[in-house]
Amino acid sequence: MQSVIHQFKDQILSAISEQKVINIVGGNSKKWYGDKSKGEILSTLDYKGIIDYQPEELVITVCAGTPLKEVEAALASKNQYFPFEPPHFGDNATIGGMVAAGLAGPGRGQYGGLRDYVLGTKIMDGKSDVLSFGGKVMKNVAGYDVSRLMPGSLGTLALLLEVSIKVLPKPVRTETLKFQMTDKDAIFQMNSWASQPLPLSASAWIGENNQGELWIRLSGANAGVEAAISKLQQQFPSEVVDSSESSIFWESLREQTHSFFSDSSQALWRFAVNPLSDQFMGKEKVLIEWNGGQRWFRGNISHEEAQKMALKHQGHATLFKFSNDSSKSVFTPLSENPLTAPLEIVQQRVRQTFDPHGLFKTGRMPY
Amino acid sequence: MNAIIPPLLKIRQDFVIGLLKPILDEDALLWEPEDTIPYECDGLAAYRLMPLAVALPQTENQVIQILKICHTHQIPVVPRGAGTGLSGGAMPIENGLVLSLAKFKKIIDINPLARTAVVQPGVRNLAISEAVAKFGLYYAPDPSSQIACTIGGNVSENSGGVHCLKYGLTIHNVLRIRAILINGDVVEFGGVAPDSPGLDLFSIFIGSEGMLAVVTEVTVKLIPKPQLAKVIMASFDDIEKGGNAVASVIGAGIIPAGLEMMDQPATKAVEEFVHAGYDTDAKTILLCESDGTPEEVAEEIEKMSQVLKASGASRIQVSASESERLKFWSGRKNAFPAAGRVSPDYYCMDGTIPRRQISTLLKRIQDMEVKYQLACMNVFHAGDGNMHPLILFNGADYSEWKRAEDFGSEILETCVELGGTITGEHGVGIEKINSMCVQFSELERNLFWGIKESFDTQKLLNPDKAIPTLNRCAEYGRVRISNGVLPHPELERF
Repeated sequence: MQSVIHQFKDQILSAISEQKVINIVGGNSKKWYGDKSKGEILSTLDYKGIIDYQPEELVITVCAGTPLKEVEAALASKNQYFPFEPPHFGDNATIGGMVAAGLAGPGRGQYGGLRDYVLGTKIMDGKSDVLSFGGKVMKNVAGYDVSRLMPGSLGTLALLLEVSIKVLPKPVRTETLKFQMTDKDAIFQMNSWASQPLPLSASAWIGENNQGELWIRLSGANAGVEAAISKLQQQFPSEVVDSSESSIFWESLREQTHSFFSDSSQALWRFAVNPLSDQFMGKEKVLIEWNGGQRWFRGNISHEEAQKMALKHQGHATLFKFSNDSSKSVFTPLSENPLTAPLEIVQQRVRQTFDPHGLFKTGRMPY
Repeated sequence: MNAIIPPLLKIRQDFVIGLLKPILDEDALLWEPEDTIPYECDGLAAYRLMPLAVALPQTENQVIQILKICHTHQIPVVPRGAGTGLSGGAMPIENGLVLSLAKFKKIIDINPLARTAVVQPGVRNLAISEAVAKFGLYYAPDPSSQIACTIGGNVSENSGGVHCLKYGLTIHNVLRIRAILINGDVVEFGGVAPDSPGLDLFSIFIGSEGMLAVVTEVTVKLIPKPQLAKVIMASFDDIEKGGNAVASVIGAGIIPAGLEMMDQPATKAVEEFVHAGYDTDAKTILLCESDGTPEEVAEEIEKMSQVLKASGASRIQVSASESERLKFWSGRKNAFPAAGRVSPDYYCMDGTIPRRQISTLLKRIQDMEVKYQLACMNVFHAGDGNMHPLILFNGADYSEWKRAEDFGSEILETCVELGGTITGEHGVGIEKINSMCVQFSELERNLFWGIKESFDTQKLLNPDKAIPTLNRCAEYGRVRISNGVLPHPELERF
């Protein structure tokens, strides 16, 4: 493995001397995500393998090029998992790509996002130096929490070599309930239940014309899940969804294989907003997740319109997929919000600290 | 305390006071030694320095103006919450200003449906839970000083507590931070919406020990209060069995609400002090808590008991009532004052190690007790491997203090060697600044400095803390408690 590190180093050093840009690529399963990127490919695929996994430590340390499915299989063999349910978006997804994209699936609403689980990283910066931050323990306040800068940085900050991620035991029991409900009632109900001691693990509402289905997933101890089912059913008529149907459903949200996502002729917008915001998309078809915090919308609205709408609801919008205008960033720039605008220069300086030569300036996200 | 200020410093003090007076109320700017002496240290009383002045603004606008002035005139600023920190993070610097957020005490908004509270940084940790209790909610991180420490300080230290194994640290329980950069710009990190755009500066900001910006408002996440909690007290006749039991509980797929361990010297000291009903014949005891609905708790307690028995527990007691649960916990929560009763002085370490190394470290500490001829009590957050060894010594005997100091260094070095870290929850501050040179390479420390300067180009915010300069890798100290008296003796320490 040391030889792979040497190769990375050589490639980075020659890119510096030739003033090239390096485009870090893993399994290429999420290449459509983010702005159009350029640069010489640096593949992480040879740097693979699980370095350390002790189930009783609840931590796994993995090389960036390791296939995500291999890691998930190792966890599953010990009855553990990533509670943020990272989307793969393809068979070749790697751990490095998972961290770089920073995305999460249905469990995000209840258990937190990927960055909440990152405990430590080993990286190669834009000068080819190998640096380690954080560690393999849950409690660690020595130095700035640099490791958590990597999730969502899309390869524009440093080359991720290794990452230590916290994992959790799989819940003993999982059940899903389905309710017929308006969007307004669903948003209220998701949050009302989340504010009670119930073993919620995911929520989603899907529908149009304000009418649709609310899916609620409960996970935990047997007795706790059963008690919760009867409590929820006493409140509203609902059906307990068959376990294979429900796991297909939640996976189809995570992997975006659900029919909601299928039409590529329309842009797919992701709104991250104040979870309590009323449904702001009128009568269009909408998917609401994470107790209202994440909302998906299909339609060719302008960037300005989407960003304005998101800001009004204390959030931000991303043109997630099927962009038809590559002249604008798919992400909401920091300058859009007066309270993040002053952070633009801070962010630039942070980037320069990691990458003084602009080696990772691929254009994949606003610099 | 020498109240006479050297002439040059006096000129500077007059200058600073002259700049700040016009923007603050008369009683909100302190500079006379009798007024500023309470600010000379935080919970780490071994390190003291008098500040030039202390500013106690009460509006955000005043904070902005103060920072702009300090930025323009290059006056270092040390932000301060309740001053309960245990690593000297809020210790003043000689030619600088202490910026106290103590007057920012308002709870601005509570939204029970969204499960959020918007609070000012001077709001006490426990005051949040008290204010939202009527909605069946609470704020989960519970550092031992929660009765006094403030949320602004918690954000700066990424504070944990007994329950963070299950419920996470400050970073997992805060959604949004409003803060002022050193140049006076108002910014927001994070938000009520998930996943902010750009780099995740929120994560860097949490735990940055007051070095990047000054917090003026925090939105915290609230969680439903569990209906029921029960704790198991398990005895072991062998330290190794106890340490392995911790790993077995987690390995069995259980995440206890709290999982704490105490060795025999600790249980003996505590039992004499609070009569918590501890088994003082046991070499070690574990406190293992379950919370949730009554159904969940019953199922989990049964499962935990089986694992503990299989791990060789010689005695198992389950709390039969809430009062008994609190009694079991009272011993653990009084371990620090109990140490103060059996020894003239003690000092507390804060390393973290992987769980499976617990018994290895405990054995190594036993060897060190012989080597340094000093006793050590061990109480710790076993579930997350965060150890608080309390080294007992007599401060009146200088050679004992030096031995205690070396003992402590060896414990921290052992933590790093076993794959852990020098500080799990108390922060680096001024105390562990030297150990940072051991844990991080020069290149890594340079990157920390790069981040610091990205926010604060002139390095004015809490300079000389947390991140050592090359030249600064020399001095260090530890929590030293003189004559058994802690600063804030009224606080629980666990």
